[in-house]
Amino acid sequence: MLLYLLKRLLYTLPIALGVTLVSFTLVYLAPGDPLNAIAPADAPADVIEALKVAYGLDRPMPVRYGLWLARAMHGDLGASIATGRSVASEVMGAVSNTLVLASVAAAVGVFIGCVLGALAGYNAGSWLDRLASALSVVGVSIPHYWLGLVLTIVFSVKLGWLPAMGAGPGGSGEWLWDAEHLRYLLLPAATLSVIPMGIITRTVRALVAETVNQEFVVALRARGLGRVAVFRHVARNALPTVLAVTGLQVGYLMGGSILVETVFAWPGTGFLLNTAIFQRDIPLLQGTILVLCLFFVALNLLVDIVQPLVDPRMGRG
Amino acid sequence: MAAVLSPMVLPAPRRGYWSGVAKKLLRDPVALVAGLVLLVVLCAAVFAPWLAPADPYKASMLRRLMPIGSPGFPLGTDELGRDMLTRLMYGGRLSLLMGVLPVLFAFGIGTSVGLFAGYVGGRVNMLIMRTLDVFYAFPSVLLAVAVAGALGPGMSNSLIALTLVFVPQVVRVAESVTTQVRQLEYVDAARMSGAGVLSIIREQVLGNVLGPVFVYATGLISVSMILASGLSFLGLGVKPPEPEWGLMLNTLRSAIYVNPWLAALPGAMIFITSMGFNLLSDGVRSAMDLRR
Repeated sequence: MLLYLLKRLLYTLPIALGVTLVSFTLVYLAPGDPLNAIAPADAPADVIEALKVAYGLDRPMPVRYGLWLARAMHGDLGASIATGRSVASEVMGAVSNTLVLASVAAAVGVFIGCVLGALAGYNAGSWLDRLASALSVVGVSIPHYWLGLVLTIVFSVKLGWLPAMGAGPGGSGEWLWDAEHLRYLLLPAATLSVIPMGIITRTVRALVAETVNQEFVVALRARGLGRVAVFRHVARNALPTVLAVTGLQVGYLMGGSILVETVFAWPGTGFLLNTAIFQRDIPLLQGTILVLCLFFVALNLLVDIVQPLVDPRMGRG
Repeated sequence: MAAVLSPMVLPAPRRGYWSGVAKKLLRDPVALVAGLVLLVVLCAAVFAPWLAPADPYKASMLRRLMPIGSPGFPLGTDELGRDMLTRLMYGGRLSLLMGVLPVLFAFGIGTSVGLFAGYVGGRVNMLIMRTLDVFYAFPSVLLAVAVAGALGPGMSNSLIALTLVFVPQVVRVAESVTTQVRQLEYVDAARMSGAGVLSIIREQVLGNVLGPVFVYATGLISVSMILASGLSFLGLGVKPPEPEWGLMLNTLRSAIYVNPWLAALPGAMIFITSMGFNLLSDGVRSAMDLRR
């Protein structure tokens, strides 16, 4: 078990390093001078030079990467070119807003997906099964940014029940877990929850339908166990795979929220990324991409660590 | 030996396999309807210049945001007074292209790389697969937005971004099937009878790999449609005034208070098309699994 953990950690390190490299270099793919964001087109040459030195853009690429990486390890992601503020604090603020949105959406999506999938798998072939399959196809086919728009139209424009935009009554202030703020969370979280819901419903349905037909379940029934008791055994069997898929889906939420955040003007990472892209704010872009990816990598690691704990078969293998 | 392997990699399909798949598909009502819907959308897009009632670029300040069902404009007009029906028909051209092309590119590139990595094996395989793992560490929407954002807005850039998102996924499928097929006895037999590497890959391996990769790729089309339109929705894809569903959704978004259902129309097209691809791909998947 310990060996497994060690192996898994060692495997993650090069990936994380690769992610830093991609996050750093990706931004330089584009033609054009990153200084265009701050310096006017007709700025004198010596001003441009001074700015280049100030932002470290005068050094060769590998050196810049090394310096950036070394600072990033200490939690320093540089300063935003457009605003001059610390990238790390901007990103952290946005990440916490995204986390609020993504965790609620994940909880809702995973819960409904599991319940629906289990019901469908247990009653394979019934109308419930067909309904769940239909819902999951809709769930994976729907452009979630459009779903957000439709929900806004219904609940904000037509019914006027919920706010259409923002993350709180006073613009984008500090997030609070109170009723007023929750009203702002409802629509974006519902929209985002559809992303994991479809796939988790599908996975759970397939797993449960397969497990129910296995011999040990027949044996359990033959021994006279009740429905609930049998179901506990089935659930125990499906859990590891469901966990793996869930981890991956929650990670996708962090990225997938980009579009939903744009629809609802939610002040999270998607919003930040958008700003960074259109202002060509390179440090901000690098920092946001890096932090989001590291979250995803860490989440995958977490899943791999938790999985053998709930699946004793893996520990031995 | 064969019993240990997954059913996908049994020796190359017999002749008549594809006609069997087609026959099965024709008997699957869901796949049939999905295919018909896609055909209608495709025809509307391809023949838009002949079928569309108006000019997709002709704007008029006098008839902006006319509601659905207006006389002369069955689906209303957009924020610049252009005919919605026309623009939705024309929009399918770019949206379908942007959805299908990245998958096609990724299919070509990914299958080649996967075949190579799987067939060569060893350290080269390790190196290729571990490098791709890095791209796997990016959530797909984030990778698409990051690459498209870094390259700058534009159609070709979002095509590159989306291709880059799908290549690692296709490589993984192709590599894993190739690695399994490579160890089969008949491949050994071909090698021993003196066949060259390329001809072994072409004649013995490719046939087994294409099927699973093809099924996987068809499942990617709907994701690609949604992502491609999503990039345009963010302003990173197709540029105005080109008609494209994602971009139309973006420009009409400000109209949701004036004419909400009109604003939702382009998204409905993305939804219908992506659902069509999903259902058709499910149908193809179960039809290709002839042993069951």
